[in-house]
This record gives sequence, C-alpha cells and structure tokens, in this order.
Amino acid sequence: MKNTIKVALVGNPNVGKTSVFNALTGLNQRVGNYPGITVERKVGFCKIGNETTAQIVDLPGTYSINPSSKDEEVALKALFDSKNNDFPDVVVVVAEVENLKRNLLLFSQIKDLGFPVVLAINMADRMELKGITIDISELEKQLDTKIALISVRKNQGINELKQLILNYQTFSTQSFLDLKKVDEPHFELMEKLYPNQNPYKVWLHHSQQIPFEGISTVLGSNYTPKTESEIKRIQQRETIKRYQLIGEILKKTYVIDASKATDLRAKLDRIFTHKVFGYVIFFAIMLLVFQAIFEWSAIPMDFIDGSFGSLSEWAKSVLPEGKLAELISDGIIPGIGGVVIFIPQIAILFLFIALLEESGYMSRVVFLMDKIMRPFGLSGKSVVPLISGTACSIPAIMSARNIENSKERLITMLVTPFSTCAARIPVYVIIIALVIPDETVFGIFSLQALTMAGMYFLGFFVALISAFVMKRFINANEKSFFIIEMPSYKLPLFQNVFYTVWEKTKEFVVGAGKIILALSIVLWFLGTHGPSDTFGQAETIITEKHINDNLTEEELADEIAGYQLETSYIGKIGHTIQPVFAPLGYDWKISIAVLTSFAAREVFVGNLATLYNIGSSGEDEEKIIGKMRAQVREDGSPMFTLGTGVSLLLFYAFAMQCISTIAITRKETNSWKWTFVQVVFMTALAYFSAMLAYQIL
Amino acid sequence: MKLDSLKINEKAIITQVNMDVVPLKLIELGFIEGNFVELLHIAPFNDPIYVKVNDSHISIRKELAKEITIEII
Repeated sequence: MKNTIKVALVGNPNVGKTSVFNALTGLNQRVGNYPGITVERKVGFCKIGNETTAQIVDLPGTYSINPSSKDEEVALKALFDSKNNDFPDVVVVVAEVENLKRNLLLFSQIKDLGFPVVLAINMADRMELKGITIDISELEKQLDTKIALISVRKNQGINELKQLILNYQTFSTQSFLDLKKVDEPHFELMEKLYPNQNPYKVWLHHSQQIPFEGISTVLGSNYTPKTESEIKRIQQRETIKRYQLIGEILKKTYVIDASKATDLRAKLDRIFTHKVFGYVIFFAIMLLVFQAIFEWSAIPMDFIDGSFGSLSEWAKSVLPEGKLAELISDGIIPGIGGVVIFIPQIAILFLFIALLEESGYMSRVVFLMDKIMRPFGLSGKSVVPLISGTACSIPAIMSARNIENSKERLITMLVTPFSTCAARIPVYVIIIALVIPDETVFGIFSLQALTMAGMYFLGFFVALISAFVMKRFINANEKSFFIIEMPSYKLPLFQNVFYTVWEKTKEFVVGAGKIILALSIVLWFLGTHGPSDTFGQAETIITEKHINDNLTEEELADEIAGYQLETSYIGKIGHTIQPVFAPLGYDWKISIAVLTSFAAREVFVGNLATLYNIGSSGEDEEKIIGKMRAQVREDGSPMFTLGTGVSLLLFYAFAMQCISTIAITRKETNSWKWTFVQVVFMTALAYFSAMLAYQIL
Repeated sequence: MKLDSLKINEKAIITQVNMDVVPLKLIELGFIEGNFVELLHIAPFNDPIYVKVNDSHISIRKELAKEITIEII
C-alpha cells in the first residue's frame, strides 16, 4: 500500500525555506494560488521511503502564527483547519543557525498547536564562519523535538530530514509553553470553560477569531470578553514568556564565539548603505541590468527570430497549398514566435531580480530609498514593485503586498504599471529604429540606446509624479509601519535562482503566450477574410484598374494584397476606429495594432508584422521596419515621422494596456473603483500626451 | 530617551514599548523590555534606522522608533 504523509514547511523569511523545499522536491513542484487570493501556494512531492511519499506545502515566510495580514491568515489556515486539504501530519519548522532565538518563537507556537514538529536548522555551513556551536542532542531534549541540521548549499542533512519526516508518528506533541504562566486567572478560567481542548487553540480563537473545529464562542456567564487592548497586552506577555524560555534553553545549548566571527555584513553594509556609494552602486547595478536586457538578449533573440522565419518558410514549402497551410505558416508559427522571442529578456530580468533578492541586497535598496520615496506617498518597499515592474506588472503588483501601510500599498499598486514592462520593449525597439537616427553621441552612446534608457526613466518619473498626485486624493489615517529585516548577505544558490527564472518564464509563456497566440490567429483570420463583393473580387478589381499601367507581376501582386487588406474585416474595423486615433497621428493600420494590443502590449509588433506583411514572406524585423518606413499618408508624406513615433512611444509608455494587469489590480486592491481609476487615469494620460506630442512635433 | 535619538554604534537597553501604537510584529521580532538594541546605520537623509536587536537586524522608521523608550549603556 502506498502512503502519503502531508508535510507543511514553515519558517521566518530569509532562512532558506525555499531552498529546503527545492532540495526536497526538485522540479517535482507546482505553483498555484490559494483560492480567492494571489498568495502563491507551492506544493511538491518527494519519495521518502520505499512506499511513502511526502506531499510538501511551502507556506509563506512568517515571523509568527499571529497573522499580520489577511493573506498570511489565509495561507496559515492550512495549520488551523483540520479539514483543509493541506492540513499537515507533521510540520517542518525551518530555522537558521544565526538567528535561532527568533526562529524558535515560531517553532514554539507551532508546537503548541499540537503538531509533531521537526526542527530543520538550515545554513549549518555558516556555523564555523560565525563561531557557533550547538549541542544538538541537548537542544532536542529541551525543545522536546527532533532536529535535522542541514546545509542545502553543501547538500547535507536532507536525507536525515526525510528520515525524520517518515518517523513523525513517534514524536511528542507536548506543548511548549504553559499559558497559565502568562495570565493565570484568564487561562485557568478558559481551561474550565473548554475542558479537553488545546488551550493555545482556545486562545487563538479568542484573540484572533480563528475558527477551530470543536471550539465555539459560547461562553459561561462568568466571563467578560477581553478588549482588544487587553488581548494585545496578553499577546505581548505571551511573546516575552516564550522568549524567556527560549533564552534559557539556548543558554544551555548554543554557544557563539564572537571573536571567531568574520563580519562580512558590517563591511558590505558600510558600502551598500553609504550616502554616496550606496546610490552609485544601485544605479550601476540598474544600468547593468538594462545593458543585459538589451545587449545580451539580442543574440538568442536573433536566433529565435531567424529560426521561426525559416520554420515558417519550411512549413509553407512542405504543406499542401491552401487555407490550412496559410493558417500554420502565417498565423500559428509567427504567433508562437512572437511569444518565444520574449523568453531571453524575461529570463534575464528575473535572473537579476532573483540574484538581488537572494543575495540580500534588495533590502538595502529598500533601506536607502525609503526616505526618498516617502514624499511621493510611497515606501522604500515600493522600489521592489517598481523595479520588478520592468519585467512584468503582474508579479510586481503582487509584490506590493509586503508593504504594511495600506495607503502606500495602494499607491504603489496604482503606479507600478508605469514602469516599463518587458512587453513594451519590442514596441519601443521597432519605433525607435524607425524614427530615431542610428547615430552616436559623445562618441560612445548610441542615440537609439539613449532613447530607450530615456523611456525607462520616463516610466519611473511618471510613476513618481502620479504617486505624488494620488497621495493628495487618497485618505488614510492609519499609522505607518515600516518594519523590514536586513538579512545577512549570501551567495545566491544556483538552484533557487534557476527555479525562480524557470517558474516565472513558464508563467509568462503559458499565461501571456495563450493570449498572444490566440490574438495572432484571430488577426490573421480577420486580415485574410472579407466581404465577397470587394475582398473576394480583389484580383479582378485591381487588375482592371491597372490594366493600362504596365505593372510588373510583383507590383500587381502587392497592389492586390494591399487592396485585400483594406477591404478585409480588419481593414473595416481599422477604418471605423481610426477617427479616435487621428489626433494622435495614427492611420488605420496603427489604430488596429493599438486597439488589439489592449489585450496585451506585446501583440503590437506581431500585429504590425501581420498587417504590413500579409501575403509576403518573412517575419524579420528589418523587413517590417523597411515596410513601415515606406508607408505614406494619403498626401504622400511619410507615415512614420518623428511626430508619429514619439506619439506612439508616449502612448505605449502610459496606457494601461494589458487585461491581465487590470485583472490583477482588481484582485489585489479588491476594489473596482481603484481599478477603474487606474485605467482611466493611465489611458487619459497616454491619449493626451501622445496627442500633444504629435501636434507639436 | 527614545530609540530614534540613538546615535550610530551606541548600545542601549529597551525599557518600555508603547503597546498602544506598536504592532505585535515588532514585539515578535524582539523589541522587548530588557533586550539590548544597537544602532548600526542611519539611512541617508536621516531615516529610517537600522538596528540590531535580539540577534536580528531590523530597519524601522523613526516615527516607530519614537514609541520605544531606551536607556543608553
């Protein structure tokens, strides 16, 4: 018979909990969301015995089981509700050698819930460096638990941990703290009112309204419920009592020889939080990231571009001619190519974000930037969403979740989409190539690259200005709390970085990719079909029209293709909406591309390719640019002037153009009002700034 | 004296925490009466502060640090 043991992994942030999870489960993991909220729910599986599998849930990092946010509460439900699918048979508390005291606070709370608990002390490889010695067997005895001393970095202790999980049934489930020592009269009364119940659960039920099976609020008449302030004071005393007990235990089992410690933290902090070098380093790192996104990614992107072009050609040559062949070679293959082409940039960006987070550097940025961000109604923690927003607003808006102050959090979420997300890159690349001359200034800087950097700067700048405006309109009297841990510096673990990059890239390809592909196909269809009286007769009409013009066969074919596009369904839609975009300088083709990219910005280039390319071969950028450059207005002047180009750049910089982002804002703000405000604000800003640019230039 | 006026490299002992304002999370991180606190850095522009307390390295804003009473040792 096959057995499954349910395991919950809990621990403080920055203790390497995710590394332990990755080491246990490898790629055998799934990332999903908890129902109704967007907290990541990570589940993985691993074989821990001949016939036993462990189902491991990685709960979000937390300092305590007293939830400090709604999200934490939902995630911690797995520990409170025995009917929950993730309700564990055994809990693994991941702790870190350097901060055992604080980690044991959470451990003691979990133990008091009555679970069999394994204490996994991670980063054992740092013990020598920090001059730490631990008497493990004595600590096991004192804490009444089993301990696995592990180092994911050195690949030590993982098997021991699996063995302990396998034997969980033999563990003690004695509680750690006798609550009567915290407040004797109160907890004695509780014991009488709730005989045979776990006193800690009863307490959590009263202090935080956490529902437990079998514990109801029905109380005897001789009990007056505690006020909120009284509860908080009991919680404070409880925490102090726990720390007291932990302190006594560690005194007997944990020795730290400070003279042996080499303090890398102090040295690095002095540089990274320096009032000059701190910022210089931060901007240098940002420059490096942008350089990587534009320069390094060009090689794989060219390769992908070329491969899909040839694949399309090849499909055309081997498939029997007809609608199906066209659908595959002109619709589906370029559509998939339009998704795959983003992979290098997205992967590189998440690589850097993962490295900055993993190394502990990101917290220093938050520390450096907090005071600067505050006048704009933001917090130092807003820097993380704004930077992550250069990859994609969706995870970025989600990362605003760890901002405690609700006003700062709301403003951060509202302005994050102004950061230039990766999906805008191809749009910018094409338009910049079209309208900005390929020159160098000051001998080394490419004017086009500078324009690109300028677009990023513009995004951040407008985000700050908008935040400043919104700050005046959003009211909140809440006291601002800014509490952030400064983790120790660590060399990032390869596997953690790899999983993050893999997971996020996959999310993009599967999530955004579906929309892009579907839209490409719809567009292809709309562009190759039309009413039979005009579209269907294109060949006859054009041949007759040019009967005396002596066109070559090629020129005639282009004329026919042009006429077909104009009379196709998409041409009709484009002509209908074009007046809206006329003040911005867009013709009907650009109007279609802009309109369709409301689904996802990244379809813009693919759509232009489709619009300018239907019927002709090839998908490469040069060709698209060449064709676009040749476009003229009705009066014969070129279509893509500086005015049109800048107008498009501005429109794409500011417009809220991504259904998924709108959806995530709705989810995270839990308000249609703020979602609406964001969409209207951004779209209006985009429209009017683009119009202004076009009219002036 | 309050925690927000501690200077870099000064050590102090926490004597009182204003529980009416301070969130429980701060207590859980170790801002507890009797614990030592050391100021490691102050961010440029004079806020937030970066302290070591209870073996943890925590950054908080001065407005929150004002709610914590200390005695320099």
